[in-house]
Amino acid sequence: MARIPLLGDTNNIASDGLEGLEHNFVTARIEDLVKWSRARSCWPATFGLACCAIEMMATGAAHYDLARYGMEVFRASPRQADLMIVAGRVSQKMAPILRQIYDQMMEPKWVISMGVCASSGGMFNNYAIVQGVDQIVPVDVYAPGCPPGPETLMHSILTLHDNIQSGELTRRRELNQGGAAIDLDLSPMSAETPVEIVEKTTS
Amino acid sequence: MTETEESNEEVEEKTEEYSGPTSYGVPVTESHDQVVLHPAPTQLLETVTLLKEDGFCMAIDVTAVDYLTHPGRKDLPAGLNPERFEVVVSLINHDQGKRVRLRVQAGTDNPTVPSLFDLFPGTEAMEREAWDLFGVVFEGHPDHSRILLPDNWEGHPLRKDHEVGRIPVQFSPEVGRH
Amino acid sequence: MTNGKELLLGEPERVFRREESPVLRLNEEEANAAIDDTDALDDDHRMILNMGPSHPSTHGVLRLMLEMEGETILRSKPVIGYLHTGMEKTAEGLSYLQGATNVTRMDYAAPLFSELAFSLTVEKLLNIDVPPRATWIRMLMCELNRVSSHLLFQATNGMDLGAVSMMIYGWREREEVLRFFEKVTGLRMNHNYIRPGGVAADLPDGWREDVKKLLEIIPPRLEEYDILQTGQPIFRERLQGVGVMNPAEALALSATGPILRSTGYAWDLRRHMPYLAYDEVDFDVVVGTYGDCFDRFAIRLNEIRESLKIIEQILELMPEGDYRIQNKKVTPPPRARIDESMEALIHHFKIFTEGFHVPEGEVYVAVESPRGELGCYIVSDGGPNPYRMHIRGPSFVNLQTLPHLMEGGLIADGVAVISSVDPIMGEVDR
Ligand code: SF4
Repeated sequence: MARIPLLGDTNNIASDGLEGLEHNFVTARIEDLVKWSRARSCWPATFGLACCAIEMMATGAAHYDLARYGMEVFRASPRQADLMIVAGRVSQKMAPILRQIYDQMMEPKWVISMGVCASSGGMFNNYAIVQGVDQIVPVDVYAPGCPPGPETLMHSILTLHDNIQSGELTRRRELNQGGAAIDLDLSPMSAETPVEIVEKTTS
Repeated sequence: MTETEESNEEVEEKTEEYSGPTSYGVPVTESHDQVVLHPAPTQLLETVTLLKEDGFCMAIDVTAVDYLTHPGRKDLPAGLNPERFEVVVSLINHDQGKRVRLRVQAGTDNPTVPSLFDLFPGTEAMEREAWDLFGVVFEGHPDHSRILLPDNWEGHPLRKDHEVGRIPVQFSPEVGRH
Repeated sequence: MTNGKELLLGEPERVFRREESPVLRLNEEEANAAIDDTDALDDDHRMILNMGPSHPSTHGVLRLMLEMEGETILRSKPVIGYLHTGMEKTAEGLSYLQGATNVTRMDYAAPLFSELAFSLTVEKLLNIDVPPRATWIRMLMCELNRVSSHLLFQATNGMDLGAVSMMIYGWREREEVLRFFEKVTGLRMNHNYIRPGGVAADLPDGWREDVKKLLEIIPPRLEEYDILQTGQPIFRERLQGVGVMNPAEALALSATGPILRSTGYAWDLRRHMPYLAYDEVDFDVVVGTYGDCFDRFAIRLNEIRESLKIIEQILELMPEGDYRIQNKKVTPPPRARIDESMEALIHHFKIFTEGFHVPEGEVYVAVESPRGELGCYIVSDGGPNPYRMHIRGPSFVNLQTLPHLMEGGLIADGVAVISSVDPIMGEVDR
């Protein structure tokens, strides 16, 4: 018991006798401890897609130094990661792979949707881009911007930490049965879909 | 429209006796100081071979344009029959610092042109892209398959009769996020 | 072509092969069938290996299908499209003024070049000339962008090869450049700064000092790179003689930029077909000798130095004047006029809602991006939106050299080759 580093300096427990117990112990509920440790050991998976990935890498590099939050270890294998930062636009071709990688991650896992493209399709509202990654995986934090600067990404990561620690995220998940509570019926597009050919209008 | 039909017949009668300026045996025009050749699909290989012998050492670009909603373009040489699909090939001559662009009228229903792979293997990916996005067939291409879209995709999205594929943005509170 | 030149260029036959080509021309189903076909595997220990699209050293979402014999790569096929964004379709719905916003998101390591190619094309269709100051600002920003893009290459190339500390150094210098970009354009990337008709805003006060500081900071740090990488025996071993290509092959495969130049073939659009005002500045075209990964690395490192040299000259030659064309047709009125005059307000409104009309025609304009020839082909039907906008992405075309460069090499060398081709997937897939 004396080995738990949480307790700080444990050297004088013995010499203090039983009195040492008074000032050397932290008591907490086990859930709080679990939440605390989950929040403090969030390892992101490298999942760079587009321009946002460059900013994500910049966040991890020397100047912004994500290591300050214990987060610099970008894991190449999803099995070792608990946070997926979806950095960039998700194409229809990429979507199944994204979901597969998400499924390979261990529970509990979190998702940050970085940038407007991942959050809503951004300026690319067309046949190729999934309009919001929350149709594929449940998103916990949305980082706005195109691209979100490193500061924004860090803010969203800290927000995620707070939400994990306060239990907010797990509560939300239970509420939504583990999903993002978004249901879209996307009928597959095909050439047969009737299209009106209109003269170019100005909008 | 009658105009186009007329010119249509003309072309069929006398492809050989096009009277305007020619270069490498095909009609030539200029667009903003850039040389544009207009070979027929059957002439394409021959023209490109000639150009290659003449020092045009690299195929810079192969792409296609769908003129469905803009049929009456005016920049074609007189007598040429405008088709819905046009394949655009850019070549460059490094020795003289010159570029040339070939606009090929590829057809309306089943656009087909010969592949340039045997002359410039660098066109492989570009031709696959044109097939993928426009459905232009390149005869003799070594790997005629989709490149950007998934293999099981239907349709060719850059055609003008393919919708953009917009999904309406929802602002209704019922679709609440969390 | 004379005989002597052909000798210099080498034999291109390798890339013309249809049979026994290093390009693995299988589709998904055929590849799966080949994997299931265990008889074939037992025969010669061949296997088909998938690499990517979510792999740390495939630069984003590139996926490779590799046919291996033991550790040796026999044939390969880059599978792309995982970032296909449909930008060319989106461009047809955006006005010419909005178009730059779209294209800048293609090559996100060098966004200003896409904007430049697009703007030059639109200007050519409009038949307008931008004021000299706009031209020089464009040159300044583009050269700085070339520096930041090549610094990014230094960082990622180092990391792919195991020189992980390069990641820290490369980004450190890149941040310095990005800070200047943020000051000028308001954004670190995807600037939408170069627009048809000029640039979005004049350079801010004190820009000269900022640029001078950059010119001071970066060169000594490049020396550090030399110590860390260029002179290192381990680093050289990893790169020298790996992924070799001769000029004739590069030409046949339409490769441009550092890949073409690494073979010893001097071709740089800035020098040989000058645009902007590149004929007024003095710089060298860096070429390699062997066409291997090391040459490609060294070219990029030295191009940073050349770019800094150009920037130094731009500092002296930068003219005064307008930063965008004073042509009512394409330029919105200044903010102050909108408060005073109704016409200006209407004019402003029209430009930003309807956009300006561009005369019918089609034109292709190319610039030299850090990755090679970046071209833009626009067809206009006379309306306010492009009828068709096509970008010729250098990464997209250069990617075809991969199977040829990797043929017969080890899989570890494959990583070095991918890195030295430096594909930016946003531009490959568009
Ligand atoms: S949000 Fe912007 S920066 Fe991020 S991927 Fe999309 S376009 Fe690129």
